[in-house]
Amino acid sequence: MSGHHKENFITKYIFSMDHKMIAKQFLLTGMFMAIVGMLMSAIFRVQLANPGESSWLYSLLPSGWTNADTGALDPDKYLALVTMHGTILVFWVLTAALSGTFANFLIPLQIGARDMASGFINMLSYWFFFLATVILMYSVFYDDPETANIVEGPASGGWTIYPPLSALKDAIPGSGGGMTLWLLSITIFIVGSLLGGLNYIVTVLNLRTVGMSMKRLPLTVWGLLITAILGVLSFPVLLSCGLLLLFDRSFGTSFYLSDIIINGVALDYEGGSPILFEHLFWFLGHPEVYIILLPALSIVSEVISVNSRKPIFGYKAMVGALFVIAFLSFIVWGHHMFMTGMSPFLGSVFTFTTLLIAIPSAIKVFNYLATLWRANIRFTPAMLFAIGTVSAFITGGLTGIILGDSALDINVHDTYFVVGHFHIVMGLSAIYGMFAGVYHWFPKMYGRMMNKNLGYLHFWGTFICAYGVFFPMHFLGLAGLPRRYYSNEAFTMFEGLSDINSIITFFALAGAAVQALFLLNFFYSVFKGPRATQNPWKSNTLEWTTPVEPIHGNWPGDLPVVHRWAYDYSKPGSEEDFILQTEPLKEGEKEH
Amino acid sequence: MSVFLILVVAFLLIVTLVQLLRVSELLSKIKNQDVNEVSDNDNNTQGWLFLVIGFGFIAFVIWQMVNWSHLLLPPAASEHGVQIDGLMNISMTLILVVFFVLSPMLFIFAYKYRGKKSRKAYFFSHNNKLEVIWTVAPTIVLTALIIYGLKTWDRAMNVEVTKNTKIIEVYAKQFGWTARYSGEDNVLGDANFRLVRGPNVLGVDMLDPHAADDKITREVHLVVNKPVMLKFRSQDVIHSAYLPHFRVQMNCVPGIITQFGFTPNKTTKEMKEQEGDEFDYILLCNKICGGGHWNMGIKFIVETQEEYDAWYAKQETLGKQLLTLK
Repeated sequence: MSGHHKENFITKYIFSMDHKMIAKQFLLTGMFMAIVGMLMSAIFRVQLANPGESSWLYSLLPSGWTNADTGALDPDKYLALVTMHGTILVFWVLTAALSGTFANFLIPLQIGARDMASGFINMLSYWFFFLATVILMYSVFYDDPETANIVEGPASGGWTIYPPLSALKDAIPGSGGGMTLWLLSITIFIVGSLLGGLNYIVTVLNLRTVGMSMKRLPLTVWGLLITAILGVLSFPVLLSCGLLLLFDRSFGTSFYLSDIIINGVALDYEGGSPILFEHLFWFLGHPEVYIILLPALSIVSEVISVNSRKPIFGYKAMVGALFVIAFLSFIVWGHHMFMTGMSPFLGSVFTFTTLLIAIPSAIKVFNYLATLWRANIRFTPAMLFAIGTVSAFITGGLTGIILGDSALDINVHDTYFVVGHFHIVMGLSAIYGMFAGVYHWFPKMYGRMMNKNLGYLHFWGTFICAYGVFFPMHFLGLAGLPRRYYSNEAFTMFEGLSDINSIITFFALAGAAVQALFLLNFFYSVFKGPRATQNPWKSNTLEWTTPVEPIHGNWPGDLPVVHRWAYDYSKPGSEEDFILQTEPLKEGEKEH
Repeated sequence: MSVFLILVVAFLLIVTLVQLLRVSELLSKIKNQDVNEVSDNDNNTQGWLFLVIGFGFIAFVIWQMVNWSHLLLPPAASEHGVQIDGLMNISMTLILVVFFVLSPMLFIFAYKYRGKKSRKAYFFSHNNKLEVIWTVAPTIVLTALIIYGLKTWDRAMNVEVTKNTKIIEVYAKQFGWTARYSGEDNVLGDANFRLVRGPNVLGVDMLDPHAADDKITREVHLVVNKPVMLKFRSQDVIHSAYLPHFRVQMNCVPGIITQFGFTPNKTTKEMKEQEGDEFDYILLCNKICGGGHWNMGIKFIVETQEEYDAWYAKQETLGKQLLTLK
């Protein structure tokens, strides 16, 4: 406890520098944003099932987003919802909230440190994120009073904000002030994310306790470390990408724009290229996929091992696979751009590097399966979600082999096949991983237990509904249906697809409702849940050696000393089926 | 009113659930067990659920494949498209086989190794031989797929333009498409966005000698088995020209001319016989471009040389169009 001052309400709960409190701040903000993002998807799913009709759900929208006569959702605002849903889920929930919660919470606790390297920078990281959140939410309601006949609304050019659509306010209403706010918000978001990332890296490298060599790091910490490195290397590119767009929008430069007529007026921009934007964007955008996925996969590694009562299979291969995936993720961005007219040779190179990622991914799946083999599985809600992640990673990862192949991408690029693929492999895997993390470390976060049976219900409801939403999308894509269509009623070739759309929407609404079980369980347990014991899951890692009631500084006395790796579960020669990392090796005992 | 009722119902549901939670916790206190302790019974139930619901999911996948296969795109109607379909069939078969092996394996493991308090797990931390096998096996399969894929890609993209190749421009704007045929000389007249004015909707430079014989059309007619090279331009934002039946797609980018060459090999008539009378080839927009993105198509018609010649003769040249107006 040395060096920590007495705290009042503000320093403890608001401007806290304690990594555990900051983690909870990220988690709660992320949960709020996840609800907003999910409601948006529920609303546009209703439009897709009943195109052009009114719905009571639309009353949740800001005024002016629906047609005054028919009550139907406005097509521009449909795109606004799609854009904000993507932005919120990709950046706010699965990047900031996932890493922000678990990197903050677990790194110091699992490496045996009192806190992050810099508590102050850590606090700043959250408050930048918070400010970015406020601006983004404000942008949803943005409307310029001077444009009386249209409601501008937030950014509407897709979460990838490709110019010229995102650069010209006459191209779509959301590209006015809403887009400026989006860019401002993401800029502040990136600052926060970089401050967090640097802190995570420094902490892991410098503050490990005695005996905690890199070879003994739990896989969670490995995953979070590599994620932070990816973020630090790629987010600055998105920052510059966004700044140049800001220049084009506000100061008349032509980085991305050339030869444009909009509303019958030929614009002065000349010599720029929208393709340059795509290169910069996806140089972040692809590592971003792994910034989302790796923390989830590493949480899952930990949860599966603990609840299988078995060491994670192939620890070194798991770490190696993380490195290979991280490295490859920087040289595959072009697979998002096969159809931009890029040189076919360049397309070949990106196909090659992209399909290579399947190898480390396959290794990870096989290792998870080998961990489950001859295990003694204890089905906590966290374990259910961890197995769900592996299932989603298999299902969604395989379709990547289709999309990564440039020749096949010609016909499925930008169709619902892509929507199905990334929602399963990235969305579901990551959100399941996040749920697994929350259920698993809740007792450490709040000193109380979440209700097991509600957790079971939550998992099965989510598992069934999520596949009901995203699996049928592959068929829509193979039928040739482009994504981001307000309705598919304009073309006779899509006439047979309305049943599939209704099924998807049914599962989407049911799946959204099921999440209420989680919220209920979470908030009930925070205040009323039964008290947790010190090590409820009989886990080996250091966080379970801290007192149940969390304290600033984590351990009351000296820092723990580590003598073994994190995965000695069911080790022959030991009576219990787990051995804490702080337990010295017995005489003649080999480490693995 | 309905919103209010829904809110009331939701509120009552939450209250009920909270009460149920309390009751279950109190009951377990009375019975002196921990409600959140995972018992052998729980492991049993959850293991079974993985088996039942997991296989339910796999059955759902099969059900979709059986019931929705007729909704998928018909076989390719272009030469390179046939090769793409071949690669697609092999890749799809491969991933389906892997899916139908790994997913059941996961669910069966979850069921089979469901825990019992009396049992201990098998300590098995690594095995080099196994790990080498499952690194090398996917590597070999992927190498084969990559080579096959790159060959198909190369053939689809690097199309030689010969004398026989018809050059046609497809021009995108919010929210519609316009086509321009290159005329007798098979060369498109130069165009510049600053020249877009009145009837000159594509900004064609009429001083260019190649321009006068160009023809602007609202439909695209192609001759079956004759190669065509589509050249794409955009007036405002990025669009994407997507011809799903031909396995053709290319972005239309303002400031840049992109292209895609292919040879259609089935006439619209043949396709109507195969797919039903409502069938038509269509070019769709496949890149988010604004509020009308979803409603932006242009009809393609593939026909015999005679039918094409008859149609083409009826279209007016640009020279005539713009001159008559002057």
